[in-house]
Amino acid sequence: MKLPDPEQLLENLYQQLLPAIDENTVLVGIYTGGVWLMEKLLPKLQAALGHELAFGKLDAAMYRDDYAQRGLKTKSLPAYIPFDVNGKHIILIDDIFYTGRTTRAVMNELFDYGRPASIQLAVLINRGGAQLPVRPDMTGADLPLAAQQSFELSMNTQGRLHLSVTDVTNGVSGDV
Amino acid sequence: MYNPQLNAQGQLQHLLSIEGLPKRLLIDILDTAESFVGVAEREVKKVPLLRGKTVCNIFFENSTRTRTTFEIAAKRLSADVLNLNVSTSSQSKGETILDTVNNLIAMHADMFVVRHQQSGAAHFIAQHVPPHISVINAGDGRHAHPTQGLLDVFTIRKYKPEMHNLRVAIVGDVLHSRVARSEIHALTTLGVPEIRVIAPRTLLPTDVEKLGVQVYHDMAQGLKDVDVVMMLRLQNERMAGALLPSTQEFFQTFGLTPERLALAKPDAIVMHPGPMNRGVEIDSAVADGKQSVILPQVTYGIAVRMAVMAILAGGNAA
Repeated sequence: MKLPDPEQLLENLYQQLLPAIDENTVLVGIYTGGVWLMEKLLPKLQAALGHELAFGKLDAAMYRDDYAQRGLKTKSLPAYIPFDVNGKHIILIDDIFYTGRTTRAVMNELFDYGRPASIQLAVLINRGGAQLPVRPDMTGADLPLAAQQSFELSMNTQGRLHLSVTDVTNGVSGDV
Repeated sequence: MYNPQLNAQGQLQHLLSIEGLPKRLLIDILDTAESFVGVAEREVKKVPLLRGKTVCNIFFENSTRTRTTFEIAAKRLSADVLNLNVSTSSQSKGETILDTVNNLIAMHADMFVVRHQQSGAAHFIAQHVPPHISVINAGDGRHAHPTQGLLDVFTIRKYKPEMHNLRVAIVGDVLHSRVARSEIHALTTLGVPEIRVIAPRTLLPTDVEKLGVQVYHDMAQGLKDVDVVMMLRLQNERMAGALLPSTQEFFQTFGLTPERLALAKPDAIVMHPGPMNRGVEIDSAVADGKQSVILPQVTYGIAVRMAVMAILAGGNAA
């Protein structure tokens, strides 16, 4: 498969995000890829909007449904939610949308901070395969991928994104 | 070497002592605890990790604070918590430890937090429970109190992240202190280059130097230029016979006063595992002073215990 340039997909996502933001909107990046994307989007969005945009970071490790099978992720990262969640329009930013289970876990965690007015989901790539009634609202691209493969988003030291596809050998990876 | 704390995959199965805990697991626990610090600051101070699990606090020896922090930690993980004060319960009617434990296993307990006045009690229980049950040592005799050691190094790392550059003094009743032993092992594992113990000869174990510490009998020399002062509680209840002339005299010689603290580095932090004997090992002006991190230790202790329980309870599916 010829893979698209993730920087171009990020531009697509930016075009959809900008009109969706009002003064009550906050962004929440999902570690790790979603946080990279959010940090690249923020300066551009803030310049176009002419105001600061509050943001947070989550990995929802404590809310995942595979804890009993796999235990706690060894490198779970502290949640960073520096704003009052109550009444906010939250846009979640993630890199790859697959089963919808991460989104479910993140939403559960957010509700333990308060009651948001709404939650939307923006992803760089929707690879298909949702196992829950959860779908992204904004998408850089729809790129269906077989279950035995997985997208890997990486970022080099210059902050440039790179996309690759890897084969899932152990049969449990790719739960994104 | 057989290590009863680890399973066949090298993962943590029980937490019994910091001695024998590999550095990677120790750091895993501290890093995981970072994620749990924020939970207490949210609207809902709970995460669902241990939902449906039952944690049994079995305390053969009283300790309100340790039991309370374990209880809060388990409840913030959504576990059900059972508190057993065995000292006032069936053991006084003659039941053995294993009978007590087997009864709790029959009630489908998932984790035991054990405090006992005899060294090795938690090890003993860990060797007798089925593999799906984890045991946490919450203090056994003079041997170990691993979560206290972990929360102490977690607190130090919060205030002094450059662990490789620190001079740490542990002051007071080292002889009776399982806390001191756990602290020394944790600090050594994390690469703290200089650990001092300051105590009267009567309150030091005979081979204390073998733990890799420098021994001082004088506060003025021992506290000079240290980054961290870890006070210990004078354990009157464990003392048989005359190890000390009097608590007043102990304070005169080894009590942490503002004047003595001034010999340490100006930004040194002061720690105490509690409960404090004010005016015996520590002056109130120091305990309540701006260098004291004694109350943050309590707060971080909950996050560290949550991390230990979350690591032990996860990933157990066959």
